[in-house]
Amino acid sequence: MDIPDNLRYATSHEWATEPEDGVVTIGISDYAQDQLGDVVYVELPEVGRDVRAGDAVAVVESVKTASDIYAPVNGSVEAVNEALVDAPERINESPYGEGWLFRLRVRDPNELGELLDAAAYRQAATEEA
Amino acid sequence: MPYLPHSADDVRRALETIGVDSIDALFDELPSTLRNPDIDLPPAMDETTLMGHLRALAAKDVTAGPNFLGGGMRRHFIPAVTPALALQSEFVTAYTPYQPEVAQGVLQATFEFQTMMSELTGLDVANASMYDGATAVAEAALLAVRQTRRETVLVSRGVHPETRDVLATYLEALEIAVHTVDLEAGRTPPPGAVEDAACVIAQQPNHLGLLEDMGGLAEAAHAAGALFVAAVDPLSLAVLKPPGVYGADVAVGDGQVLGNPMAFGGPSFGFMVVRTALLRQLPGRLVGQTTDVDGKRAFVLTLQAREQHIRRSKAKSNICSNHQLTALMATVNMAALGPEGLREMAVGSVRQAHRLLERLRAAGAKPAVDAPFFNEFPLATRRPGGEVRSALAARGVQAGVPLGAEYGLGNAVLLCATELVTDRDIETLIDALRGSAELDGVAAHHG
Amino acid sequence: MAEPRETSFPSLFERSRAGRRAARPPRHDGPDLGGLLGEEQLRDAPPRLPEVSELDLVRHFTQLAHRQFSIDGNVYPLGSCTMKYNPKVHEEAARLFQDLHPYQAPETAQGTLQLLFELQRDLAALTGMEAVSLQPAAGAHGELTGILMIRAYHQARGEGAQRRVVIVPDGAHGTNPATASMAGYRVVEVRSDARGEVDLEAFRQALGPEVAAVMLTNPNTVGVFETHILEIARLAHEAGAQLYYDGANLNAIVGRVRPGDMGFDVVHLNLHKTFTTPHGGGGPGTGPIGVKAHLADFLPVPLVVREDDGYALSEDVPRSIGRIRSFYGNVGNLVRAYAYIRSLGLDGLRRVSGHAVLNANYLRVKMQEAGFTVPVERLNMHEFVAQPPDGVHTLDVAKALLDYGMHPMTVYFPLIVKEAMMVEPTETESLETLDAYAAALGEILARAAADPGYLEGAPYATPVRRLDEVTAARQPVLRYAFDDA
Repeated sequence: MDIPDNLRYATSHEWATEPEDGVVTIGISDYAQDQLGDVVYVELPEVGRDVRAGDAVAVVESVKTASDIYAPVNGSVEAVNEALVDAPERINESPYGEGWLFRLRVRDPNELGELLDAAAYRQAATEEA
Repeated sequence: MPYLPHSADDVRRALETIGVDSIDALFDELPSTLRNPDIDLPPAMDETTLMGHLRALAAKDVTAGPNFLGGGMRRHFIPAVTPALALQSEFVTAYTPYQPEVAQGVLQATFEFQTMMSELTGLDVANASMYDGATAVAEAALLAVRQTRRETVLVSRGVHPETRDVLATYLEALEIAVHTVDLEAGRTPPPGAVEDAACVIAQQPNHLGLLEDMGGLAEAAHAAGALFVAAVDPLSLAVLKPPGVYGADVAVGDGQVLGNPMAFGGPSFGFMVVRTALLRQLPGRLVGQTTDVDGKRAFVLTLQAREQHIRRSKAKSNICSNHQLTALMATVNMAALGPEGLREMAVGSVRQAHRLLERLRAAGAKPAVDAPFFNEFPLATRRPGGEVRSALAARGVQAGVPLGAEYGLGNAVLLCATELVTDRDIETLIDALRGSAELDGVAAHHG
Repeated sequence: MAEPRETSFPSLFERSRAGRRAARPPRHDGPDLGGLLGEEQLRDAPPRLPEVSELDLVRHFTQLAHRQFSIDGNVYPLGSCTMKYNPKVHEEAARLFQDLHPYQAPETAQGTLQLLFELQRDLAALTGMEAVSLQPAAGAHGELTGILMIRAYHQARGEGAQRRVVIVPDGAHGTNPATASMAGYRVVEVRSDARGEVDLEAFRQALGPEVAAVMLTNPNTVGVFETHILEIARLAHEAGAQLYYDGANLNAIVGRVRPGDMGFDVVHLNLHKTFTTPHGGGGPGTGPIGVKAHLADFLPVPLVVREDDGYALSEDVPRSIGRIRSFYGNVGNLVRAYAYIRSLGLDGLRRVSGHAVLNANYLRVKMQEAGFTVPVERLNMHEFVAQPPDGVHTLDVAKALLDYGMHPMTVYFPLIVKEAMMVEPTETESLETLDAYAAALGEILARAAADPGYLEGAPYATPVRRLDEVTAARQPVLRYAFDDA
């Protein structure tokens, strides 16, 4: 399982970067994309939408499943990865890079501290597997 | 006992294998108070008795005689080759095609159905069918609500009253307001108050049989950011401008007239065809084309993540089944008739309906609304529509769908003709109307 | 998407040739369509429907039928689908009633109306309910109708705003939560216990004044009877909730147990399951509902009633939820179900459920002997859930079965069991058929152990093999593309 150290994680398998100019990037972990199988479609949130931590804001679909993606922190949607519309497989091929899902402008950067660090997430994911 | 294969020996062997003494013992875990209640059912009939019983019941129905009934279902020509092919037992006794390797028959036929409905309506993507036209309209409204996030729906009174009733039932549960746009001179005027509407719904031909300006209504809807939903008679599309051309976002309707017997109202099927942009909102099953591991073309249920078995509470609809077999009848029938045959049926229906009105005018009658119509029109009557229908039935003619008071036309019935109506049938109806005291004077019959 | 290397089986559009046709309707020539209808109403170009000769049409659909698995062809033990034999006499029966127009004067439809009335009565008797509507077009449609009635019931009692939740077990069929959402409710799932039944304690905790309804199937989706059903009903009613019965699994208990006696307030039946109306490749189904007296006022209209001078369709339902479809129901299939009930009688229907449960337990033992595990250790009812041995995937077993000319069981449902295989043979299969099925499965496991790659490449003998479902979803092609010819 690839779990980069520089990211924070939710138990629901989303990852988040540290804020850059108040904006964090969010995607799903390598473990999550492996569990889902080949991604066929992504439903992304509207830019500008206000979200609260725990809101289901996106959906990632494989042939046989549809998984809700939850906002790990409060914020507003700053950008979405439009490239995924035509190339959803990027989530499988590069879950931490080109497969990013959306960006949130966060109100309180401290909320990220409530997420798991890489070691804690590795443990949680291993237990689930 | 019919259909149950086991002999006493079979039952014994099975019980031994399982390790219980009796079939009843298999139900021991169930609370005893629930088991084997007295149920009052008629005694079992063997096949001979059964068919005799059913024939006696059927003898109490009347199906003979000229038929001018419309209002959403019609008697049309269905060639013998249609049921012979569609009702092959492999199609009748198949399940939903979840294992595509052994279901290419149903899957390919459905792909061909989707293609034909797309061609007829001029829109991009058809689903694999729904229960009927009325629920298809309701689901189209729900689609528009999801897509636009608005909470009102505008529907013309020209849409079939039963369809509007179903629409209200479905939307009321989600607290979506439905506003009815009244007709003016039998047609839908450009609606006001469209700004908050998720969609505008109109029917072509409308319930009175009259032709609407669908393009104008589409424009009005789009100008206010609403979707335009066209509820259409699919056979009329053999000659009429298709919804995709006049700007509909969604085309829905009932498919009975494309090749299914009427069967007292069902089963028929509903169809829904949408613009590509609305694909992800489409409810119901979808068949897609792909390749198999050897590179052969193959068909498969696809985009299933929209549906209930995957999305559960967040599915686009709770719909599980489609009306596969009746949609297949239509698929075979459309291919049996071809574009030329369908055109002939549509033209023949228009011709006979207009001939009927000509003869009625010659006998001194007038349509309740005098406007261009397809193959159905409203006729003002002296007595309430139901009474007229019964009087005609007593004279061996099935005609006169009563028109509701909501249309403000007083006593009136709908009269409809298809290519199966002969000139002689028309005279029979005229005579029957005259005999029922619904026509003034006695016009000479010009043969 | 990879271009098909071999388009071996032609599309109807590829068989099409300009100018060909098959059937000819009666013709009435001459009308000036533009004059009668208005030029602006007419289409410019005809629809590109196939132009084929009658023989080509016959060959196409006959060959397609040969590429289709069916009950008439071989065994089809899909769990919760009840793939029993569809009697041929039912087709003859349906033909007797297929020519009526729904808007005929009711006095000219007395035979059909009488049949529908009697069917309403018989279904009420079988389910232990007091009123029946034959309207819904499918099980899911029946569910929506029933839940909308429950909603109306709570509203009439002034508790509509308060009761916003529907409880379903975690093993529920997807239509249950989807239906609840369509009716405006939030869904709460309750877990199952080790015996495969609803966890009573979890259920008790989930109940409260915000719960409108509880939706259950009994026997449930792992094929076992909810033995605590009387207690569940008592608890639900005490909390002011209504109890909904999903009739998908009625084949296990038809004639022996009535949902009404179990305490259910609303029931839907799947006539295409228990009452053998044909599945048709995916539909049409038929999903009539039955209700207890306190819900009868909310039934959809119209109902078939008997009056002094005959049978009629009545809209006299004081607080009806309205119409849920056009016309009156899938009458063609209602006729078939009526014929079935008349053919079997009560004794026959009791034997149906008895043999359904017998066959399921028999096949379970045979499959266990062949190497499959059954996670819930108890006598099952009409169906059971099994799992392949570790390291073998359910999907691969299913694909390998196709090479034996048999249909796989339901796979990956219910979601609560890993690598689930849900098996329902039904009562119309002989023991030899079940033996052959188990033997095929045994052979498959043996080959999997000896040659693991074999299973992953199956099937080998079908007209097409493993399909690329990923590309089908990523780049949907949902109609024939004329331009690509």
